[in-house]
Amino acid sequence: MKKLLIGLAGVAAMSLGMAASALAEDPMKVCFVYVGSKTDGGWTQAHDIGRQELQAHFGDKIETPFIENVAEGPQAEGVIERFARSGCEMIFTTSFGFMDQTMAVAERFPDVKFEHATGYKTAENVTSYNSRFYQGRYILGQIAAEVSEKGVAGYIASFPIPEVVQGINAFTLGAQSVNPDFKLKVVWVNSWFDAGKEADAAKALIDQGVDILTQHTDSTAPMQVAAERGIKAFGQASDMIAAGPETQLTAIVDTWGAYYIKRVQDVMDGTWESQSTWDGLAEGILEMAPYTNMPDDVKAMAEATEAAIVSGELKPFTGPVNKQDGSVWLEEGEVAEDGVLLGLNFYVEGVDDQLPQ
Amino acid sequence: MRLELIKRSAPAPAMRFLSPLLGLVLAVIAGAIMFSALGKAPDRALYAFFIEPVSEMWSVHELLIKAAPLILMGAGLCICFQSNNWNIGAEGQMIVGAIFGAALPILLPDVQNFLILPLMLIFGILGGMLYGFIPALLKAKFKTNEILTSLMLVYVAQMLLDWIVRGPWRNPEGLNFPESRRFHEWARIPEMFPADGRANWGFVIAVVVAIALGVMLAKSLKGFEVKVIGTSPKAAQFAGFDSKKMIFFAFLLAGGCAGLAGIIEVAGATGQLRPTVSPGYGFTAIIVAYLGRLNPIGAIVAGLVLALTYLGGEAAQISLGLSDKIARVFQGLILFFVLACDTLILYKIRLSFGAATKGAA
Amino acid sequence: MGMTEAILLTIATAATPLLIAAIGELVVERSGVLNLGVEGMMVMGAVGGFVIANLTGNPWIGILAAIALGALTSLLFGFLTLTLAANQVATGLSLTILGLGVSSLMGEKFVGQAGEKMGNLDIPILTDIPLVGPVIFGQDPIFYLSILLVVAVSWFLFRTRAGLTLRSIGNNHHSAHALGIPVLRYRYLAVMFGGACAGLAGGHLSLVYTPQWVENMTAGRGWIALALVVFASWRPARVLAGAYLFGAVSIGQLHAQALGIAVPSQLLTALPFLATIVVLVLISQNVRATLINTPAMLGRPFVPDR
Repeated sequence: MKKLLIGLAGVAAMSLGMAASALAEDPMKVCFVYVGSKTDGGWTQAHDIGRQELQAHFGDKIETPFIENVAEGPQAEGVIERFARSGCEMIFTTSFGFMDQTMAVAERFPDVKFEHATGYKTAENVTSYNSRFYQGRYILGQIAAEVSEKGVAGYIASFPIPEVVQGINAFTLGAQSVNPDFKLKVVWVNSWFDAGKEADAAKALIDQGVDILTQHTDSTAPMQVAAERGIKAFGQASDMIAAGPETQLTAIVDTWGAYYIKRVQDVMDGTWESQSTWDGLAEGILEMAPYTNMPDDVKAMAEATEAAIVSGELKPFTGPVNKQDGSVWLEEGEVAEDGVLLGLNFYVEGVDDQLPQ
Repeated sequence: MRLELIKRSAPAPAMRFLSPLLGLVLAVIAGAIMFSALGKAPDRALYAFFIEPVSEMWSVHELLIKAAPLILMGAGLCICFQSNNWNIGAEGQMIVGAIFGAALPILLPDVQNFLILPLMLIFGILGGMLYGFIPALLKAKFKTNEILTSLMLVYVAQMLLDWIVRGPWRNPEGLNFPESRRFHEWARIPEMFPADGRANWGFVIAVVVAIALGVMLAKSLKGFEVKVIGTSPKAAQFAGFDSKKMIFFAFLLAGGCAGLAGIIEVAGATGQLRPTVSPGYGFTAIIVAYLGRLNPIGAIVAGLVLALTYLGGEAAQISLGLSDKIARVFQGLILFFVLACDTLILYKIRLSFGAATKGAA
Repeated sequence: MGMTEAILLTIATAATPLLIAAIGELVVERSGVLNLGVEGMMVMGAVGGFVIANLTGNPWIGILAAIALGALTSLLFGFLTLTLAANQVATGLSLTILGLGVSSLMGEKFVGQAGEKMGNLDIPILTDIPLVGPVIFGQDPIFYLSILLVVAVSWFLFRTRAGLTLRSIGNNHHSAHALGIPVLRYRYLAVMFGGACAGLAGGHLSLVYTPQWVENMTAGRGWIALALVVFASWRPARVLAGAYLFGAVSIGQLHAQALGIAVPSQLLTALPFLATIVVLVLISQNVRATLINTPAMLGRPFVPDR
């Protein structure tokens, strides 16, 4: 009982403190939980750039503390809770593995707004937001089929989660829209970030005869290998042109800043609502890096595809599409539902790999 | 000027206890210097590191959650190390324990009664023991270096967990994400004081096990055997102690502790199996064992201290914007200074000036 | 350049850092000291090499810095285990923890920056010989250094007086001491040589293998180097064989995947580690060969009595 009282007193003191700070017009605290290092050159860095844009946009009206390298799973709950108790009015948790922990803390802090990236659960005060990375990968596939002479691309993949499988399938469909016989070789390195392993995988793929590389891992090592071996490659999560000025064709660049600014503005205006957002190229949550190192006609094609996706005229997962075993997945004109895409666990025809099950 | 070690006639008992304290103090001083070098007020940083995490009740709960696996594994490793068995694969044994224990609620989700949790804990212990058995067998039978085999097995265990969570045990309702189904209520370790925070009874289990091991080591014949085999293998041979049996005893015990820590972590705080069970607790437990004087009771205190460095790292990031790498440097520093100070148990240190004596360099 | 040459080159690049770190640790262990901190010294070498090369624009200065930083880190280990006679296993582990922490702190500002890559040799005509040409004449300079190191260490240990002395210290430091050999001085030099090699191996990672700095970029290679020493039963030539075998297995699993062989990728990733365990067992079964080469004093502290 005594403990309970102390606990209650603590909560009361906290809320008093928060009320007082609101009166004094202290900056609003918007907090970020990162799964990796903010300089990882990929996923977390993209979020951190978004955070910096947010900070720059609102200036001293907000504060944006962040915490790096938070392990997914139960450890995250303590971190999120610490943030909630330290007076954060809004907390962005930027990895799939923080989902259940975000939900648990949100239940205890109904007045704090939570935003969880790439998950699927929401609540009164929890929004989930995600990006249709696969739209970009469809364009990459088209470019690959145009630029590749051998008609085989190499794909360095991290983990067989739906997001990665979407990417592999969209890339394949994009490539097949140009060259129906296009083939894809996939190597799983079971890591988001291991420069040495990614480089070895890149070399293995090139040695096996692919002449274009794409990756769903975060280091620039594959780009460096591609540059060394004189083939072309695509960047991931961030513009990787510095690692391969003559090599990078384009890159999928995650641009979270605009979304972060909009959501914080919503809280300031009192118009924030829980939602489930899955934006794409049209909304500007991802962008294509400049199309370089390719002939003008390929560039024109890529730009046209990008425009068609932005306008909503082209949806990458539109039938007819067969599964890897040749059975029909999407009938002529049928568009895949988001629910199916979010749990995607099979390949389309033309992928030269067995999906790890 | 040179340092010389002069052997004490007998180990200094006072230093056994003073050495870790002295080591901690030196680590804190080194930490303060490091913080100043990084342009942060050292007093503020040290406050964030060591006081802030225990200044609120809910945060103390977080401390207990983190301390439980560290204490359990640290206590088991104490026995291992004391008997000269260098098991550095507790991380792997913890993972396999978690997998074994989690098998029940995942494969038999419909069996829901009061028996399931105790069974899970037992399965967890068995899993850890089984995985500890491999390096023990290899060492006893083929004299294979246990440091290397137990470490290699950590990587193998991580891959096994990864495969099982992404493959056969993936949650059928989880949209294909890499995690198992959530455990039902009967398969969860209850929280101790749900009103205050998340700490569960796993912490109590850890402390009880550590105390039991401490008593075993101090009072029982087996404990005597552990110490004799560790300090003088020859004497152990004369006394008729079997050092091969001791290999199995030490590894199974430490493995069992690690397995229990694994299932406590999974059935306690997490509630499901995920691709990572531990953020390196199995390796931190080695520091715990040393800081705790290779004494299971000491491991309780040391486990709490190391858990504090994890939480302190988070608090310092949030309130001061200090890099998270500091926490790791700090853990390394603590172990370093404690090891250095341990020299004072067996030796006196003398600074001497002048020419070298023969052979001493 | 054909596929076979390309694969051989890849294997050589993957094996080189393992070989260098292992050959250094071999000398350390021959002197009777077990330094488990290879990973920590290696990662310090990687960050030091990258940072200095990045600041000076010269990869060679970077490599020298990597060697120096590795040796410097090993001195910390030497002070604790040799001067203070601390437990070698625990000290080595703490060196690894500390090295991983300090290196990520040092390198924080350099993550994602373009590196200074050390180029490969290209000798006209010779490099163009099919199959052997690129492998023998077209590699990076560190590759040649690694082969040279194996030869040099082998010659030193078994053909020189100092090498004989070092081995005798590893086999029995008490009698060596009684003969008037400065045990600790030899061990300090051996530990520093091991540190310098680990640093060089780290420099190879951040300047040749993948010319960039990434946190924890050694990714367990220091531990594999340690395993290789035991695998080789403390013989330099066998370290060479082991490093290349290991390189071949880890590259081979990627090729198996690219060929579409349907085995869980996690199993393939775990394969090199399992292979090491199997080999460790096979090696240790040959008791006679192991006993001849195993330094009897491995891991035991030595305090000179007066």
